[in-house]
Parts: sequence; structure tokens; C-alpha cells
Amino acid sequence: MIPEIGQFALILALLLALTQGVLPIVGAARAIPTWIRVARPAAQGQLVFVAIAFGCLAWSFVANDFSVLNVATNSNSQLPAQYRFAATWGSHEGSLLLWVLMLNVWTVAVTVFSRHLPEEMVARVLGVMGLVSVGFLLFMLLTSNPFERLFPAAPDGRDLNPLLQDPGMVIHPPMLYMGYVGFSVAFAFAIAALLGGRLDATWARWSRPWTTLAWCFLTLGIMLGSWWAYYELGWGGWWFWDPVENASFMPWLFGTALIHSLAVTEKRGSFKSWTVLLAICAFSLSLLGTFLVRSGVLTSVHAFATDPKRGIFILAFLTVAICGSLTLFAWRAPRVGLGGKFDLVSRESMLLANNVLLAVAAGSVLLGTLYPLFLDALNLGKISVGPPYFDAVFVPLMTPAVFLMGIGPLARWKEASLPELAVRLKWALGVSLITALLLPFVMGRWTPLVAFGLLLAAWIIATSAVALKYRLSRHDGNLWARLGAQPRSYYGMLLAHCGVAVFIIGVTLVKGYETERDVRMAVGDSVMAGGYAFRFDGVQEVTGPNYRGARGAIDVSRDGRHIEVLHPEKRVYNVQQMPMTEAAIDTGIFGDLYVSLGESVSGGAWSVRVYHKPFVTWIWGGCIIMALGGLLALCDRRYRVPARRSEAIVAGGGKKRAGVSGAAAG
Amino acid sequence: MKLLALVAALLFACAAAAQNAVPTAADPMTNKRAVQLGEKLRCLVCQNQSIEESNAELAVDLRRQIREMIAEGRSDANIIDFMVQRYGDFVLYQPPFKAATLLLWLGPGVLFASGLGVLIYNLRRRRAQRDEQPLTATQQKQAERLLAAGSEQPRR
Amino acid sequence: MTRFLVPLAVFIVMVAFLAVGLGLNPREVPSPLINKPAPAFVLPQLHQPDKTFSQEDMKGKVWLLNVWASWCVSCREEHPVLMDLAKSNAVPIYGLNYKDKPEDALAWLRQFGNPYTLSIIDRDGRVGIDYGVYGVPETFVIDKQGAIRYKQIGPVTPAALKDKILPLVKELQS
Repeated sequence: MIPEIGQFALILALLLALTQGVLPIVGAARAIPTWIRVARPAAQGQLVFVAIAFGCLAWSFVANDFSVLNVATNSNSQLPAQYRFAATWGSHEGSLLLWVLMLNVWTVAVTVFSRHLPEEMVARVLGVMGLVSVGFLLFMLLTSNPFERLFPAAPDGRDLNPLLQDPGMVIHPPMLYMGYVGFSVAFAFAIAALLGGRLDATWARWSRPWTTLAWCFLTLGIMLGSWWAYYELGWGGWWFWDPVENASFMPWLFGTALIHSLAVTEKRGSFKSWTVLLAICAFSLSLLGTFLVRSGVLTSVHAFATDPKRGIFILAFLTVAICGSLTLFAWRAPRVGLGGKFDLVSRESMLLANNVLLAVAAGSVLLGTLYPLFLDALNLGKISVGPPYFDAVFVPLMTPAVFLMGIGPLARWKEASLPELAVRLKWALGVSLITALLLPFVMGRWTPLVAFGLLLAAWIIATSAVALKYRLSRHDGNLWARLGAQPRSYYGMLLAHCGVAVFIIGVTLVKGYETERDVRMAVGDSVMAGGYAFRFDGVQEVTGPNYRGARGAIDVSRDGRHIEVLHPEKRVYNVQQMPMTEAAIDTGIFGDLYVSLGESVSGGAWSVRVYHKPFVTWIWGGCIIMALGGLLALCDRRYRVPARRSEAIVAGGGKKRAGVSGAAAG
Repeated sequence: MKLLALVAALLFACAAAAQNAVPTAADPMTNKRAVQLGEKLRCLVCQNQSIEESNAELAVDLRRQIREMIAEGRSDANIIDFMVQRYGDFVLYQPPFKAATLLLWLGPGVLFASGLGVLIYNLRRRRAQRDEQPLTATQQKQAERLLAAGSEQPRR
Repeated sequence: MTRFLVPLAVFIVMVAFLAVGLGLNPREVPSPLINKPAPAFVLPQLHQPDKTFSQEDMKGKVWLLNVWASWCVSCREEHPVLMDLAKSNAVPIYGLNYKDKPEDALAWLRQFGNPYTLSIIDRDGRVGIDYGVYGVPETFVIDKQGAIRYKQIGPVTPAALKDKILPLVKELQS
């Protein structure tokens, strides 16, 4: 009964999505007020029904209803309750339902926080989001129905993939989807602007907070995926340039370019068509990512079970959506005009250069990811494009961008002077060089790559300090007053840039100084890594709720002093009989100790891998700091102060954005 | 008799003394080389892992093969060649540089150059742009009014 | 204003490739040994371990080398097809018993039938590596000069037999 309610709710949601997608856009084009006003209620109604559908599916999982095919394939009665709930989105069909649910949540958020926007714009934005929703709902109902029944009902389920039975894995997809779906808002704003023919600084101001929020979520989502891979997969890697990792990274790169581009469009009215194109590209790459994971076109750890029908549908949807937007772009963008003038050396030109670099980097990642497919399609053989290629290509492209990150905030808008910049940056350059030359010796060994990485990170931090100093010097009052006078968006920028620096430090130091030992250990044997001694104290049998395993005891000490005992495990899950390694990790700010069990060899001995990874947590810490910077920028005053003035201000300026906290001015 | 027992006990103690763990390859240098080579090669069974990381039987066999070839004194290039002869270019994580992959390796450079070109073209175009018109008297007054009203807003 | 059409053009080219890609299998690894001499081996026979067999012995004949194992589930899938092929005497089939225990292999053949003229034992998989075997079953078509002309990845299906293997064999035998 409940699955049928869920299915029916999805059909109703589709009808509402169609209404929401078609009527407001046509109404805005033809100035039909009733059709325009349909947008908000339709969106809110759609959320209700999609939430009902999601609730029905979640209920089926938690209540162990194995007459639903999806539940029977992805769950099991022995599965702990929280994973039964998480299994709702552990499959292709369920994850699509989650995607649509998030899309509706964002859409309703737009309906609530857009009271100050002109009605036709809101109608178009909601209309575009409605059309996206139509695509995904149709996809579900036609090819990937989560509520398909299984007759006769299975006695028990095939269990959730053991790799997914983990808290990190539970939260990584929702975060990631919040990011992908959030870029649909930026996309919808861009399309609405192209449709309405109005593309200006005000549009950029409205679009910006949504884009920044989506970017924050995507940053966290990618970071969670990387961290999960590190602690779950058992060999301490954290980024593999796997096709689906790339599929989430490309929208991130374009999203980063987009938030910088929006800053320029908002402040100076420039880059308008470029910004719109970036918004379209960011979301298009999100859709492309969806296609790559679910179509079977590329091999990847993330690939869901594939079916040619699904691949064809998504490709068709992708083609229609993106061709449509790019055609609209080609048609309307030429009329948009150039915007403010700026000099060859100015903050605008540096931001433009930054955007070009990010776009080229994303393009290179796309090239590398799809190249094996190109060659295979042309019958030119099969190759693999892996980390050696991406590392060789990505780092050189990002290096100039990192240098610009330091110079940009110091450059003036419209016209900056090179000599002035040089004077301010001299100190920062000096500090960075000295850090790069000396710090590696502290860590133990000087290598050019480590020095280079530290140079980049120190450059960012030093230039941020210089920028802050100069900015403060332009105000009066004591230090606190001057610090308080800066807008939060400024601190957000500094924080996010410093997050990048922390990230670079983490990557550089881990790659430069990590130690790995892959050894065969009998009981009592010990091995040294990174100054720590690891002694193998044998293995015990353990039984979990839905698995059996062997639990090792590794005694860790340093300089003879006992530190702790680590317990790596090797599990076999009962239902799927899949062996899984649970590494034991001692996480610290200055480094991780990482131990994982390999295979049991003769004589009670085991092959064990022991790692010392210095500063590895700085990788994810840097990402968290970046996201915090974005959130801080979102809390900027201009988004929170309720409107005071009436509409009789600048035409098209409108009221200030109602507060994020909900203090709506109506 | 006691002496014999003591000697026997000592011998037994020496034999049973905990040793340093034996690395899976005897010499650390060869092991490092073997690991590095293994990381460059793609496992054909678990195609998303390198031969070094994968637990597939074929990966275990190929790791053993690599270590044997290192022990025979073969060079890295020789070993990589051995794998490519049998499994094709697919087994290499670093795509070879040949006619078919020219676009792949030169692509980023070409993209960068064209990006740079677009950038310079764009910047030149803006330089040739007409300057903004100065504000008219009415517009100037409007601007002043707005700025005055804006400064009434409370600072955070 | 054509530069605004560039993104659209790039996208259409990409979609064309993706559409073609839907029909391909990215996991399949084609063999680089096609049209090259079959790697040399000398291995003991399964039924008569004191005797050996080498690919040299087959010079001048067209033959199939089928990689199989008793632990391989898909091998049972192709087994009836191989049995029929053996009965038809179109081409001799030789088995390469890959990473298997001889007693298990013999028991398997006794249970399901033996389509092979003879089988050889590759206990540790080294010959398999030389032939670029990465999964079981795989089948090689080898010509009179001892060169590999075709590799079937996965079970020999009736369709593959009819469309690819048999026509090739006929061509090579003439």
C-alpha cells in the first residue's frame, strides 16, 4: 500500500512540475499574471508530494518491506536501523529520488527568499527548475521506478553494499547532491536572465548567495568523499582522479570561477555573458556527472548497475537541456554588451585570468576523463588515463591561479598600478621564499616539490595578511573598530583563500614525507615507520550485527614509550560475502598513523600495511575552512539587512535581499 | 644436565626472539621500486585500482611477476614493456605519447594558449572601448542622494 | 558573433561521442597479441601429466585455445556450446586449465563432459599472463603459422561462434 502511495505521489509531483515548468515561463513571456503566479504554489505543492514519496520509500526500507524490489536488492533485516534508512538513497533509483527531493527543497527556498525579486524573474527561475524536475521525475517513472514491486516478496534482502555501511558514506551523497542541485539555482537564474533579456549587476547580486551556498555544499561533499575513501578503502589514498571524482570536481572548478565572476558582475557590471556561460557550464557538468555514473560509459568505482535504456534517457535529457541553454546563450548573449571598462592590469583582468585558468583546468580534466571513450569510439584502441596524467596537467595550470589569488585582492578595480602592487607584494614574496627554503628542513628533508608547495601556500597566507593590513589602514579607529568595519564577505574571501593554503600544505607534506611499510608480520614482530614502532600482537575473531571478522591488535610506541593499541579489522559481510578492510587510524593534527590488515598468510602471520601520513588531515581541514569562508561571505550584511526603502529607488534595483534568518521585509 | 638444559633454553630463546617484520620483498629498495611500478599499472580485474592496491588474484600474480623481474635485473622500462606487450596500453595509468594520444597530451597546452588568446583579445577590446560618460547634473544629484541615504544604515 | 556558438558546437561533438560510447563496453580490454605469434609454452597435460604439449605442436593447423577452470562459473555457460563445437569437428579445441587443482579439473570434466582434444595445466597462471588473460573464460583462435587471429573475451556465445569464430576458422583453414 505504502509504495503505491509513493508512486502515486511521484505522478502527482510530475504533473505539478509540468505546470510549474511551463505556465510561469510562458506567462512571463506573454505577461499573463495568473500564469506567473502559479509558480510558487506549484513548487511548494511539488515538494509536498516528493517528500511523501521519499517518506514512503524510507518507510519501506526501515520497515523491511521486501516486496519492494529496491528494498530487496539493497537492504537486509540484519542491517542496523540507521543504514536501513540510508539505504533509501544507496541505489540508483533511491538516489534519484533524493536528487529530486533536494531540488524541490532548493526550489521552495527560492520561493521563500525571493519576495524582493520582480515576479517575472521569479516565475522564470522557478519555471526552469520545474523543467529540470520534470526531466528527473520522468526518468524515474519511465526507467528507474523506486517503488517497483517484487512478486513473490523476497524472504530477505541482498544487503546494502558493505562499503556504504558507514557514516561518512551516509552523508556524502546528500551533501554532494545539495551542491549539484544548488547549481541548478544559479543555472535557473542565468536562463531567466537570458529569457528576460535583463542581465545586470542586480541580477548578479540576487544570484550570488545561492551560488555561494551551492558551492559550499559541493566543497563539503567532495571533501567527505575524499575523506571516506581514505579511511574506508584501506590503502590511505584520498584522490584517484576516478571518472566520477572528476565528474564532481569539474562543476566545482566552474562553480569557483562562477562565484568570482559574479563578484565582478555585481560590483562592476562586467563579465556578464561570461558569467552566464559559467553558470550554464557548471550545471551542465553536474548533469554530465549524473550521466557518467549511471550510463556505463566509463568504468568507475561509483558506477551504479547500468541499463542501456537509462543511459539513452539521461543522454537525451542532457542534450535537450544543455543544447537548449547554449542555443539561448548564443542567441541572447551577443545583445548583453560588455559592461564596465577596465585596464590591462586591474582586479577585473586578474579575475578574468583566474576564470580562464579554472575553465582550462576543468576542460583538461574533462579531456582526460573522456579521452579513453573518444579513442574507443573511433576504434583507435583502449587506453587508460590515470593520476600520472592528471597530476602532470592540473598542477601546472593551477599554479598561476594560486599566484593570482595573492595579487588579485590587492589590485584596484578598473585600474591598478604594477609598481604599487610590486611594493606591497615584495614583503610577501620574501616571506614565502624564506618559508619555502627553510621549512622543509624542519620536516626532515628538502625536496624541490615540497619547497614549491610550501611556497604557494605561504604566498597565499602572506599576501592575505598584506591585503588585510592595507585594507585596515584605510580606516580610522583602534584595531577592533577597524576589524569590525570590514564586511563579512571580505573575511569570507580571506578565510576561503587561506583554506586553499591549508589544503596545499596538507597535500605537499603528505606527498613529500609519508612513509609506507608493507610487511609480513608474525605475532611479536614489529616495524618502524615515521619514528613510531608498530608491534603486531595477533588477531581475534569478532562478530558484528551483519558480519564476521578478524580484529588485529597493533601496539604503537615511540621512543620506547607506549602510545596506544590500534585495531584494524578484516570483515566478511554475511549476506554478500564481501571481504572488507577496516583500517585503524590514529588521527592527529600533525599526522595520522594508519594500519590496515592485508591477507592472512601461513603460520598465524598476516600481511600488514603501516603508514605514517604527516599533516594529512590538513587536506580536509583546508576544504572545511574554504566552505566556512563561503558561509561567512553569505552572512554578509547586505544579505541580512531588511529593506527600508521603497521601490522608488534605482529602476531594477529593488529591495535589499530579505535576511537569511527570515527577517523578511515583505 | 643443568648446563645442557640452560643451553637448550638459551637456544630456544634465541630462536623464538621477536624479529623485525619481514617486508614482502626482502630488500627495501627493490620493494620501493616494485611498489612504484605497481602503482603505475592498472589492475584489469578491479579496473579502478592499481596492481599495487588491488586484491584480485591477477593483481597478486602480477605483483609477484614484477618482483621476480626486478630480481632478474630488468629495468623499469623493460618491465613496463612486458606488461604492455601482453595487456596493451590499457594497463598503463600514464597514457603513452603517440599519434593517437597527441590531442590528449597537447590538449591542455592548446586550451591554455587559446584561453590566454581569448583573454588578451578581450582585454585589448576593452581598452578600445569608449570611456563612460560623465554623469549629468540630475544624475549627479540622484547619486548624492543615494549615497547620503546609504550612510544612514547602521554599521554592524 | 559566431564565437557565442562555440560552446554549443563543442557540446554537440561531445554528445556525439557519448552516444557512441553507450554502445561500447569500457571494461573490455582488447588483446594486443592479435596477428602476433602465440607466446611459446611447454606445459604438462592434464590427463597425462608426464607428457607435455606446446603450441609448436600445432603448427600447420588451425585451432582454438580455451582458457577454463573448475572454479569458473561462466565456463559452465559456454560449455554446451564447446561440446557442440567439438562434436561438429569444425576445429580442434585445446584447453588451458588456469590456476586450478588438477583433481578438481578432472572431476569437472568428468561431470560436465570433455570438449577438448587435450587440456594442459597452467598451475600458477604464468602462461596466462603471457597470453594476456585477465578473466576466465577466454578463447583464442590460432592459425597455421601459429599467430593469434582472434580473442573471445568471456564465454563463447552461439552468436559469437556463428558470426565471428566459425567464419574466421573457415577462412584460415582454406
